[in-house]
Amino acid sequence: MDIGERDPVTGQMTTGHEWNGITELYTPIPRVVIFFLVLGTLFSIGYWLLMPAWPLGTTYTKGLLGLDQKTQVEQQLELASAERSAWTSKIESMDFAAILADPALMTIVNQAGSTLFKDNCAVCHGTSGTGSQGFPNLTTKSWLWGGDPQTIFETVRVGINSTHPDTRVSQMLSFGRDGVLERAQISDVVSYVQSLGGVAGEAAADSESVARGKDVFSANCVACHGDDGKGKPDVGAPNLTDAWWIYGSDRQSIFATIFNGHQGHMPHWEDRLSNTDRKLLTLYVLSLSEKKT
Amino acid sequence: MVAQLTSGERQLALVVLIALALVGLAMGVVGRADPIGVHGLIVLVLSVGLTFLVLSSLYAPEPSAERLSQYYDDPSKVGIILAIVWGIIGMAMGVWVAALLAWPDLTFDAGWASFGRLRPVHTSGVIFGFGGNALIATSFHVLQRTSRARLAGQFSPWFVLLGYNLFCIIAAAGYFMGVTQSKEYAEPEWYADIWLVIVWVTYFLLYIRTLARRKEPHIYVANWYYMAFILVVAVLHIVNNLAVPVSLGHAKSYSAFSGVQDAMTQWWYGHNAVAFFLTAGFLGMMYYYLPKRAGRPIFSYRLSIISFWGITFMYMWAGSHHLHYTALPEWVQTLGMTFSLVLLVPSWASAGNALATLNGAWHKVRDDATLRFMMAAAVFYGLATFEGSFLAIRQVNSLSHYTDWTVGHVHAGALGWVALITFGSIYSVVPWLWKRERMYSAALVEVHFWLAIAGTVVYVFAMWNSGIIQGLMWRTYNESGTLTYSFIDSVVAMHPYYIARAFGGLLFLLGILVCAYNIWMTIRMAPAVQPTSTADLPEPRQIPVSPAPAE
Repeated sequence: MDIGERDPVTGQMTTGHEWNGITELYTPIPRVVIFFLVLGTLFSIGYWLLMPAWPLGTTYTKGLLGLDQKTQVEQQLELASAERSAWTSKIESMDFAAILADPALMTIVNQAGSTLFKDNCAVCHGTSGTGSQGFPNLTTKSWLWGGDPQTIFETVRVGINSTHPDTRVSQMLSFGRDGVLERAQISDVVSYVQSLGGVAGEAAADSESVARGKDVFSANCVACHGDDGKGKPDVGAPNLTDAWWIYGSDRQSIFATIFNGHQGHMPHWEDRLSNTDRKLLTLYVLSLSEKKT
Repeated sequence: MVAQLTSGERQLALVVLIALALVGLAMGVVGRADPIGVHGLIVLVLSVGLTFLVLSSLYAPEPSAERLSQYYDDPSKVGIILAIVWGIIGMAMGVWVAALLAWPDLTFDAGWASFGRLRPVHTSGVIFGFGGNALIATSFHVLQRTSRARLAGQFSPWFVLLGYNLFCIIAAAGYFMGVTQSKEYAEPEWYADIWLVIVWVTYFLLYIRTLARRKEPHIYVANWYYMAFILVVAVLHIVNNLAVPVSLGHAKSYSAFSGVQDAMTQWWYGHNAVAFFLTAGFLGMMYYYLPKRAGRPIFSYRLSIISFWGITFMYMWAGSHHLHYTALPEWVQTLGMTFSLVLLVPSWASAGNALATLNGAWHKVRDDATLRFMMAAAVFYGLATFEGSFLAIRQVNSLSHYTDWTVGHVHAGALGWVALITFGSIYSVVPWLWKRERMYSAALVEVHFWLAIAGTVVYVFAMWNSGIIQGLMWRTYNESGTLTYSFIDSVVAMHPYYIARAFGGLLFLLGILVCAYNIWMTIRMAPAVQPTSTADLPEPRQIPVSPAPAE
């Protein structure tokens, strides 16, 4: 060690080296640093003894506590599942009417269903189930495929136009693009459909156009939407006489719908959610429309 | 500046630039149907541009031999300016992505402006663009002063600096086009990675060649850290980026690792990028500019030694704490956690060594915002390393992992430590490099200090709040044993904090704009009246009698 100088502020000696004016003191390492270094090392050794820690070729030291993260998480899942089984077993075994009649059970359904709905369904249908452009509003009782619990449960299970083998299938044909109808005819059908009562706020079309549209409608649309335009749940055709429109109710939107057609898509949930979860969701979705009335 | 090169160095520069232009051309032709073609075009344009710059002074007279009796600071000057430019770009991107999280419509429906593409432009822009350029520029400056030796050669410093910036440009341009290998902080694809290896090895060789010429018997602490930074980053970069390209005409490549090995390699890289890029390199900065500005000796040489070896040894083990409760075998998690905990001791020893160095100079900390930047950096370094060890504990991590707490922790380190020590160093080095008496405005340094502190504090507090709330919401159960909150509920709860975070980031961005203006005005100031002190000259014995041969 070179002979350094004494630093007047700290009273420590410098190391005697100098770099571009920078010197260093030879201050001993503070005790507290050594203390914590030793403490940390001792803690680590203790922790290594208790927990899985060091590799030994194809295996590793298992630790005296014998803990293993995989079995731990399995145990915790089992425990949680056992705690929930007090009510999940009821959901599983009871039918919809019986669950609906059990207020205590319905409290749980609404709590758990709300989270399930927001995590899985809200991306399309919105956090409160009111849908958006292209995605049905679930709070209106205007059901495409029917609104009894068993039907909703089935829709959730297989989806619509999904990859499930039992999927519900439905399609609005592209009457304009495929040359089935002329533009003028489509325009008349729009007039007629708007006159069915489900559209507010649009200027009424002239009665001749409505009459011509009615003829075209009778020849092309009634098979799915029915003679009265009220839709057919067995083929997923929407009611055209109510106030709820998936793709918009202004002239332009309805024209585009008839011209280009639509084939909406809802994924199936049989592989993603358990039977209990799907039952919870069914009841929760049902409650969304019940609240409205 | 080209005229400062010897004619041999100018010719070497031409050869390298023309070779690079040809590589760019080949990339552009072979990869014309792929983003790699656009990258080739960028390489071609930049190298042709620089070729013309070299040609313009190709026949300028030989530089005088007198230059060898001075330090070579031109690359440091350009590096500091590039650091500030990248800093503004990177931090502006940061404010944009922060705003995107609060107001998602700010993508304007454009692919290049989506969060996933802008975010790496922010991270690479600030870490590699701002931090990397500041490290290269200051390392050249510190290396020469503490070795009393001029840089070994005049071509390789430029190759390192400009080559490194080419890497940064390729990286950022690629992100906008969607080119990424999806490894955090190692997003650039294989050809950019290969180029960085060439640049980085040149950097390492330049560093040890200059060190070998030192006229001081001992190597100063700052250089230990800069060396560790250069050496380990090379190792990390090469191993983590091992990949097989789809073809020479495609940007896409596939990693040599898969599954949990890939995850472990990535976080071994990721955490040691924090350790050796964002910590070791900037500790090198701190160990020179802080004592220099304070005019005080380093508190303890012995503490420097155990901190250095503690940090370099223990960080290597800590990466697995990024993968707690994953498919990673539990024993690896145990090792990562225990080493992360003990790591706190050498980290705090470094921070303490810096703060104790200020004993006898606290009145300067009060009056001089530049020194206060470095003091605050040491404090934030201590805070961030404490938080890091704490978050590495498995049980704590189960709450904090995947939440904004991690983001807040990173920014406590990145804003509070890395950026503050860099600003302190830049405010010190700019007057020295440009031979000005002082910065243009001490008041603006003061303004910048408070903008940076306020921005950091707002940012970090916002993220602590949102992170902990997020973590708790994700694990809150109803009496019936089902989750109380959906994920979107937690997103909605984050909104006010995301606005606060964007505001904090905006303050920090305003700070660097003030800094850029101050530097610009300093450069425009008249040079200092008094001649340079002899302390800023290399060892006189190095002055050769006859003109030195070209490097």
